[in-house]
Amino acid sequence: MRFSALRVLKEGLTGNKGWTAHWRDPEPKAEYDAIIIGAGGHGLSTAYYLAKNHGMTNIAVLEKGYLGGGNVGRNTTIVRANYFLPGNTEFYSHSLKLWENLEIDLNYNVMHSQRGLINLFHSDGQRDSFARRGNAMINQGDDAVLLDRDGVRKLLPYLDYENTRFPIYGGLLHPRGGTARHDAVAWGYARGADQRGVDLIQNCEVTGIDIENGKVTGVQTTRGAIKAKKVAMVVAGRTSQVAAMAGMKVPVESTVLQAFVTEGLKPVINHVVSFGMGHFYISQSDKGGLVFGGDVDFYASYAQRGNLPMAEHVMEAGMTLMPMIGKAKVLRSWGGIMDMSPDGSPTIDKTHIDGLFLNCGWNYGGFKAVPASGWCMAHLMATGNHSEHATRFLLNRFKTGYDLLDEEGTGSQHNLH
Amino acid sequence: MRLTCPHCGERDRREFYYVGDALAINRPAPDGGAQVWDDYLHNRDNPAGVTRDLWYHESGCSAWIVVTRNTVTHEIIETVLATNANEAKP
Repeated sequence: MRFSALRVLKEGLTGNKGWTAHWRDPEPKAEYDAIIIGAGGHGLSTAYYLAKNHGMTNIAVLEKGYLGGGNVGRNTTIVRANYFLPGNTEFYSHSLKLWENLEIDLNYNVMHSQRGLINLFHSDGQRDSFARRGNAMINQGDDAVLLDRDGVRKLLPYLDYENTRFPIYGGLLHPRGGTARHDAVAWGYARGADQRGVDLIQNCEVTGIDIENGKVTGVQTTRGAIKAKKVAMVVAGRTSQVAAMAGMKVPVESTVLQAFVTEGLKPVINHVVSFGMGHFYISQSDKGGLVFGGDVDFYASYAQRGNLPMAEHVMEAGMTLMPMIGKAKVLRSWGGIMDMSPDGSPTIDKTHIDGLFLNCGWNYGGFKAVPASGWCMAHLMATGNHSEHATRFLLNRFKTGYDLLDEEGTGSQHNLH
Repeated sequence: MRLTCPHCGERDRREFYYVGDALAINRPAPDGGAQVWDDYLHNRDNPAGVTRDLWYHESGCSAWIVVTRNTVTHEIIETVLATNANEAKP
């Protein structure tokens, strides 16, 4: 079933009776060519690109809960390619290009909105570093515009420009940055993978990974054993638990990241605004709610709810930056489990077990990476080689200390990112 | 979440700095080898359930505290001074 304006019109006139389910609900087969554990954004996009780019369609995605029920359905939906380090820049650049063609590719409305993202700076030193970051983005072929104070004021007249602690010196505008509808990304990839023959199996928890003579042979699940010569672990915050089934200990600590949304308001914030000094960022959803968040709670947690101190901090930072939002009522807050890595960058790599692949460590930035992560993971699984867009997300970089991707320059250590 | 400092009693979580897994107090020998040091610095059990981690009472008495707690419920099970935890090691 393809979506089109004509189809919407026709269905509207005939009582919307012609719509069908977006994907099948198949029983697991006894064997597949490849199994992906985790039907989140990254797992579903991996399945999609395995089928589309590499013709591997005899594959299954196993999900212990429901499809798209993890972080891909509970993030703040920001899409950007404003990284600085080689290794990251080409990867996120590729991801943004995939985003820009995603709706046509998937025939699915993911509501990708390139409304522009502005990172504010508050001192001469910060301006220099943002100018440098902007140059790195331009060198990568992406876009960046360094705005002075008046330039920011023109776009964001509602900020507090009288703040003495964090005076606004300007901002780095990334015009192609923006937001997308998070659930639709999961659904679009799921539908695309299903149409190409991929089995999406929900309510199927992996309880063991079968390994013989250093090679993966399949998985044990709550719905029986399933054989496969290639298995990918794409489970974000639950990486440690799944990797432990293969006897692996991984460089990940799981932490809660909170987000908040207000009641629906008329259009007031037209961009994504990031206030790094206050660890605060905000955008407005198409429905009108202000969607905002801050930093992680900074201690290991699987609680999927946050602590009040960070909620208070985020509200204070928001009020510091844009006092006008003070009367908006917060409707909901929630927490997702982030797979934090020591250097703040992810892993897309093989493991020491033949046929077992690992995709993890997305920290608090996994959403924008969904297309390229799947693209590169699929490339690795199908060909055995790293994609040209993701050559440095290697698992052993922590052990060797070589080629760490410490974007923030704070050191490769848990609890710093 | 509130933590009980062995010196100061139950205090607001904001008074404490989180260091990470309590294996931080089990520093390996300098010549322990790359794998041992990789495990010490980077690789984590990261349990969904009971864990032991190291906290620093930064805005209080400056004690280093080993906290046993549940990462799913945020329940605090036990807090002991890191020195005592270290001496009690097998």
